Amino acid sequence: MSNENYASAEKRGGEELRAPARASETASNKARLEIHGLSAYYGKTRAVSNVSLSIQTKRVTAIIGPSGCGKSTFIRCLNRMHEVTPGALVEGRVLLDGEDLYGPGVDPVEVRRKVGMVFQKPNPFPTMSIYDNVVAGFKLNGSRDRRVIDGKVEESLKMAALWEEVKDALYKPGTSLSGGQQQRLCIARALAVDPEVLLMDEPCSALDPIATAKIEELIHELKETVTIVIVTHNMQQAARVSDYTAFFYMGELVEFGVTSKIFTNPEKHQTEDYITGRFG
Amino acid sequence: MPGEPQVVEQPLGRSLTRASDKAVAHDARVVNAGDRIFYLTTRALACCVMALAFLLVADLFRGSWEAIRQFGLKFLIGTTWDPVARQFGTLPTIIGTLVKASIALLLAIPISIGSAVFISFYIPKRLRPVISYPIELLAGIPSIVFGLWGLFVMVPVIRFIQIWLKAHFGWFFLFDGPAVYGVGVLSGSVILAIMIIPIITAISRDILLTVPRAQIEAMLALGGTKWEAIWKVALPYARIGLVGAVILGLGRAIGETMAVTMVGGNSFDLVHSLFDPVHSMASQIASEFTEATYSLYVSSLIYVGLVLFGITIVISLLAQLLIWKLSKGKVAIFE
Amino acid sequence: MTSDPMPQISTHRSGLRYLRRKSIEWVACVGMLLCTGVTVFFLLTILGYVLYHGAASVDWEFLTALPVPAGESGGGIANALVGSAMVVALAALMAVPIGMGAAVFVNEFPGAGLGRFVRFLAEVLTGVPSIVVGLFAYALVVRPLGSFSGLAGSVAYAFIMIPIILISAHEAFRLVPVSLREASLALGVPKWRTILWVVLPVSSRALLTGVVLAVSRALGEAAPMLFTAFGNPFWNLNLRKPIATVPLLIYTYATGPYEDWHRKAWAASFVLLVFVLVTSVLTRAFLRGKADE
Repeated sequence: MSNENYASAEKRGGEELRAPARASETASNKARLEIHGLSAYYGKTRAVSNVSLSIQTKRVTAIIGPSGCGKSTFIRCLNRMHEVTPGALVEGRVLLDGEDLYGPGVDPVEVRRKVGMVFQKPNPFPTMSIYDNVVAGFKLNGSRDRRVIDGKVEESLKMAALWEEVKDALYKPGTSLSGGQQQRLCIARALAVDPEVLLMDEPCSALDPIATAKIEELIHELKETVTIVIVTHNMQQAARVSDYTAFFYMGELVEFGVTSKIFTNPEKHQTEDYITGRFG
Repeated sequence: MPGEPQVVEQPLGRSLTRASDKAVAHDARVVNAGDRIFYLTTRALACCVMALAFLLVADLFRGSWEAIRQFGLKFLIGTTWDPVARQFGTLPTIIGTLVKASIALLLAIPISIGSAVFISFYIPKRLRPVISYPIELLAGIPSIVFGLWGLFVMVPVIRFIQIWLKAHFGWFFLFDGPAVYGVGVLSGSVILAIMIIPIITAISRDILLTVPRAQIEAMLALGGTKWEAIWKVALPYARIGLVGAVILGLGRAIGETMAVTMVGGNSFDLVHSLFDPVHSMASQIASEFTEATYSLYVSSLIYVGLVLFGITIVISLLAQLLIWKLSKGKVAIFE
Repeated sequence: MTSDPMPQISTHRSGLRYLRRKSIEWVACVGMLLCTGVTVFFLLTILGYVLYHGAASVDWEFLTALPVPAGESGGGIANALVGSAMVVALAALMAVPIGMGAAVFVNEFPGAGLGRFVRFLAEVLTGVPSIVVGLFAYALVVRPLGSFSGLAGSVAYAFIMIPIILISAHEAFRLVPVSLREASLALGVPKWRTILWVVLPVSSRALLTGVVLAVSRALGEAAPMLFTAFGNPFWNLNLRKPIATVPLLIYTYATGPYEDWHRKAWAASFVLLVFVLVTSVLTRAFLRGKADE
C-alpha cells in the first residue's frame, strides 16, 4: 500500500473524521444503511452475532476479517440474500433510509432492487449477450422502449468502465469476456437497476492483479453515485479503497471506524493483531 | 496408464485423439501374458456388443428384403395395407405414430417440466425425495401395466369425454370422429403422455439441479422474483439438457408398443380426428405379426419395424448429439 | 415506524408493473404445483388401481396352479411365473458377461476408439423399441430353429439388458478411485488381477444394482415376447419350446373376452408390479447402505 493512497484516504475521510465508531451515535441523516442488532444463522449455527453499525451515504465501507468470520453472511443480510439459503435465519433490523428492510410486508424483491450485489466469482448469464446481461435486471421494472434500454446499456457500461472495451461487441455472449471484464459486466448489470447501495462480496478474489486494480479504480469513481459496502480478505485492498472499515472476528463486529484510524491506530487489541498479521 | 477415465468424456478433439492413441500404444505394449489375454477377452466382449448391433440392422434388412424389393421407398408413402390383395404401404401408421407421439409430447412437456421445476426449486431439499422418488418409480412400471390400466380405467373415462365433445363440438374436425370406441388417437396419446411424464420429469430435474446457485442468486440480487430467476436464467441455462430430455421422451413414445396396442386402436386408415382408432407402427407389428400367413406379409411387417427402428435411431442420435454439445458447452462456460 | 408509509420501497410496490410481476409469479407457482399434482395423481391412481384390484385375486392357488381352460374358475399362472424366471435367468447368463466385459474394456482401455464407440452404441441401443428387439430375435433364433421358443425370448431380453448393464457397470467403474488401482499396480500386481481383485469388488454393489435393474426392466417387457417366447397355456420347462411369461400373459388375458381373464390380468399385474417396486426399493436401500459405510 503506497503512502499516497493512504494519505488520500485520510483526506477523503477528513470531514468525517469525527464520525463516531458506533452506529448508535451516528446521525441518521448521513447514514444510508443502519444495522441494529443483526444476527444471522445457518440452521442452529450462528454466523453473525448482534452486529450494529451504520453505512454512510456515498462512501465505501470495507468489511475485513479472517475467513469464516461471517463477513460474507453479514453483507448478504443487507439485501436479504441470506434468506435464499435453505435453513437461513436473520434477526435484528436493517434500516435503509430509515425503513426496516425486514419490516412486515416488505418484499425482498424490492429490497434487492434498492440494494444491489456483486458476487465473488463473476457470474454473467451465459445464455445472454453482453447487452442483455446489462439490462437483465433493468428490464424487469424499467421502460421497454428500445431507445431507453440502449441508453441504459451505454450508461451502465460507461459507469462500469467497460463501454470502450465492449461497445463493438455488445451482442457477443457475456461469457466471451475475460474474468475482469466479466466482473465489470456484473457491476454494470447491478448498476443498471439504479441501486442506492452496492454490496460487493470479495469482487476481486477470482481476478488477477491488473483486473483487480481496474475494479478498485472503478470503486473510487462509483462512490460519487452509490454507497458501497465491500467485503474483502485483502487488507491492503480495504485500506486502498475504503473510507470506513469494519473488522469482524468470529461473527462479531470487533471494531468499526474511519479506515485510516483502523489501520494506523486501532483501539482493539484483536484488530491490531489481525492488521499486523499476527493471526488470520 | 489405467487412470485416465476422463478421456472418454472429452469431446473428440483432434489433439485428444492423438493423446489417446498413445494410450493405446501403451496398453497394447503388454508385457504380461495375463494382461494380454485379459485385454483380448474384454475386447472380444466389446466387439460382441458391436456385432449384436450390426446383426440387428442386418437382420432387419434381411427380413424386410422381399418387401423392400417389391415396394421400395413407395412403401413409406403408400396408403393401402391390404393383406388379401398383397398390397402394403405404411404411411397411415407412420402418421398415426407421429401424431400420437406429438400429442403425447404436447401434453407431457408442460406437465413434466413444470413438475421438475417445482421439485428442483420449490421443494426443500430434505423433502425432494418424497416427491421425486415415487415419480422415478412410475418410470419403472412396465408398459403392459399402463396398457391394462389404460384399457380398463382410462378408456371408459376418455370415451365419456369424447362423446361429450362430439355432441357439443362435433362441427370441429378434430372432434368429428367415432367417439364411442374410446380406443383411439386420444387414448393412445394420453397413455403415452402418462408414460413419458416421469421420464422427462426425472431427467429434467437432474439437469435443473446442475444450474449453479450463483446464476439464480445473480438474478435475485438484481431484484428478480424467484420465477423470473427460473424463467430467464435457470431454464435458458439448462435448455440443451431439457431438449435432450424431451427427445428421449419422444423416442420412448414412438417406440412404445404394448400400451398403445391396447388403447390406441387398430385400423389402417389415415388419421382424420382425435377419436380415430388408428394403428401405430409398433402396434401394427405387435397385433399382426403372428397372423401373417405368407412371406411378403411378414417381410412387410419387418419393413415397418425397420422404419420404426430408423426413426428411433435418428431421435436417439439427436439426443446423443445434444449430450455431446452439452458437455462441450460446459467446458466453454467454466473455462 | 409501524404506520408510517415506507418512503421508497412501498411507493414502488403499488406500480402496475410490480403487480403484474407478482401475479405472474403467483400463477407460475400454482401452475407448477398443479403439474406436480397431476404427475403424482396418475402415479397414485395407477398404483392404487393395480394394487387394489390385483390383491383381491392373488392367492396361493393363483401363484401355484396352472391355467384352466377359459370359462372354468380357479387356476393360476404358475407356468408363466416359472417361464418368466427361466427366460430372464438365461438372458442374464448371456447379458452379464457381455455387458460387464464390454464395460471393463470401455473403462480400462479408454484410448481405443473402439471403447468409446461401444459406449456410444450402448446409449443408442437403449433407445431401440422393444418390439424391434422382438423382430430381431425372431429373425435370429425363431426362423433358423423353425419354432417359437423360450431361447428366442432370452435372446431378446439379453439384447435389452446388455446396454443397461454396460452403462451402469461403466459408471460404477468410473467411480473407483485411481489411487486404489495405483496402489495395487505399484505392488507389482498385473493389471488384469488389479481389475478382477480390486476394481470389481470395490464396485460390486453398484454392479449388482445395475444387473437387478436390467432384470427388472426385462421382466416387465411384453412386446419382445410376442413372437419369440410366444406363450403357452401348459407347463413347460423346455426352453426350446414356446413358453409362457407373465407380461405376455397379462396382454393375452387383458385383451381376451372373459371377465375371469381380466381379473387374472389385474392379479398378474399386481405380482409384476410388486416385484418391480420391491426390487427398486431394495436396490435403492442397498446403494444407500453403501453410502453410509
